Amino acid sequence: MSAASRSALIRRGTAASLALLVLFLAAWEWGPPLLGIPSFVVPPASAVYAELIRMLSVNHLMFHTGVTAAEVVAGFVLGSLLGALFGYLLGMSPTAEFALSPYILALQIAPKVAFAPLFIMWMGFTVYPKILVAVLIVFFPVMVNVLTAIRGVDPDLINLARSFTASRAQVFWKIEFPSSMPPLFASLRIGATLAVVGVVVGELVGGNSGLGYLLTFGEGQANTPMVFVCILMLTLIGGIAYVVVILIERRVLHYVPARPLGGI
Amino acid sequence: MIRLEYRDVTMRFADASGRAKVTAIEGVSFAVADGEVVALIGPSGCGKSTLLNIGSGLYAPSCGEARVDGERVQGPNSHVAFMLQKDLLLPWRTIAENVALGVEIQRRPQAECARRARELLGSLNLADFSHRYPHQLSGGMRQRVALARTLAVDPSVLLLDEPFSAVDAQTRIALQHELAQTLKRSAKTALLITHDLLEAVILSDRVLVMSARPGRIIDEMRIEIGHRDEPLRRRQDEKVATYMARLMERLEIARPNGARAALQGA
Repeated sequence: MSAASRSALIRRGTAASLALLVLFLAAWEWGPPLLGIPSFVVPPASAVYAELIRMLSVNHLMFHTGVTAAEVVAGFVLGSLLGALFGYLLGMSPTAEFALSPYILALQIAPKVAFAPLFIMWMGFTVYPKILVAVLIVFFPVMVNVLTAIRGVDPDLINLARSFTASRAQVFWKIEFPSSMPPLFASLRIGATLAVVGVVVGELVGGNSGLGYLLTFGEGQANTPMVFVCILMLTLIGGIAYVVVILIERRVLHYVPARPLGGI
Repeated sequence: MIRLEYRDVTMRFADASGRAKVTAIEGVSFAVADGEVVALIGPSGCGKSTLLNIGSGLYAPSCGEARVDGERVQGPNSHVAFMLQKDLLLPWRTIAENVALGVEIQRRPQAECARRARELLGSLNLADFSHRYPHQLSGGMRQRVALARTLAVDPSVLLLDEPFSAVDAQTRIALQHELAQTLKRSAKTALLITHDLLEAVILSDRVLVMSARPGRIIDEMRIEIGHRDEPLRRRQDEKVATYMARLMERLEIARPNGARAALQGA
């Protein structure tokens, strides 16, 4: 795709995206009243905005958002590191993979969010059980992608390095590790959004801070706008995490041919 | 002086089911002298590549031994470098960095790595591309980069496994010319595996013919044409047809009776 047609695509795409946003906000604002939906079921956009402003001063919205964001970051970073570490270890040791795979599979099939009550029973109403749920939920996609990437490295590439008298460590750092970068980043994108899910479930189950707590608080008061605000803020946290991963990915995978689209 | 030598090399593998043993090559012995280019041809699956992997130390033979520079090959070593049909360039490295892969692994000084990469890229007309990435280059250029990477470690022996079989015919002719020039200029010893009978004849000093599995050396033919560094000129030589005819005879291809029988069978 030429630079000119690419920039034309970006211009047209951005305009269409903004038009859709305006259309969506308008439908949200005036749609429900027109259809006779009461505002305690679907509050109009303006009511949600007013609630957002109110929550900033009354409900310490920024504090709760900050707590959730911090838990998401901690859970995502720890879960990715552990997932990648295990992926590389298992990828390099077929024996370990064979021995551990049934247990890993069992843990992967078990719904991770179901562990939330257990972790809260163990660690109390602190941030740790929330982080732990996020770690667990981020761990698997990262590990599986890294493991598959290491397994999928062209054996001829490894033989090439070996023929140059590469040691096992050199084969890893010069061939296997860089080869695993594209699948690793694909899994980090998934992980960034999953981390938010893990943290929110942890907060919903118990505690007195975080957006998940505000969600249940709003629910208890039948305050629909508050629930909407929490969902918006959670989406914002997930979105920022996702964009940060993409920005890092672009730097690391700069050698990959540019994709025709913006690259979501 | 002998650079590369196979002494009574036999290689057996477990077959696909893992029960029976398959003999890939049996009792192969030959030697390649310093500066000589020897082509190895034979039917598919006759163990040509296995022979090459043994020479580079990636496989240990079941019997016999391979020797390089008078030393028994007991594992990958810096005397030998190979090049395959696939260019095996690393997409995350620039062309210059790809060329330097081998010297970098062998932990030679960084300045030397960079200098050698620059020289080789210059001599292969790739200097302008040294900061590009592999995906920005054509197949023929990528294969030239692979050749530069092989030469960068300054090996005594080059093992070339069908290096040009994945590029189009015109690019292949250009690459053959460059390889011949480079081998002559650097006075390197090479073992060239190929399916292309013409390539075998025009690029080498000697052609070895292998039988179908289990692979044995069944014929040896010295190419007495001269100008080994000019394959384009060699192509024109009238003796080429004679050599090709003999190779076809030995490989049992295009024998009139055989062809007719094959047609009748079909």
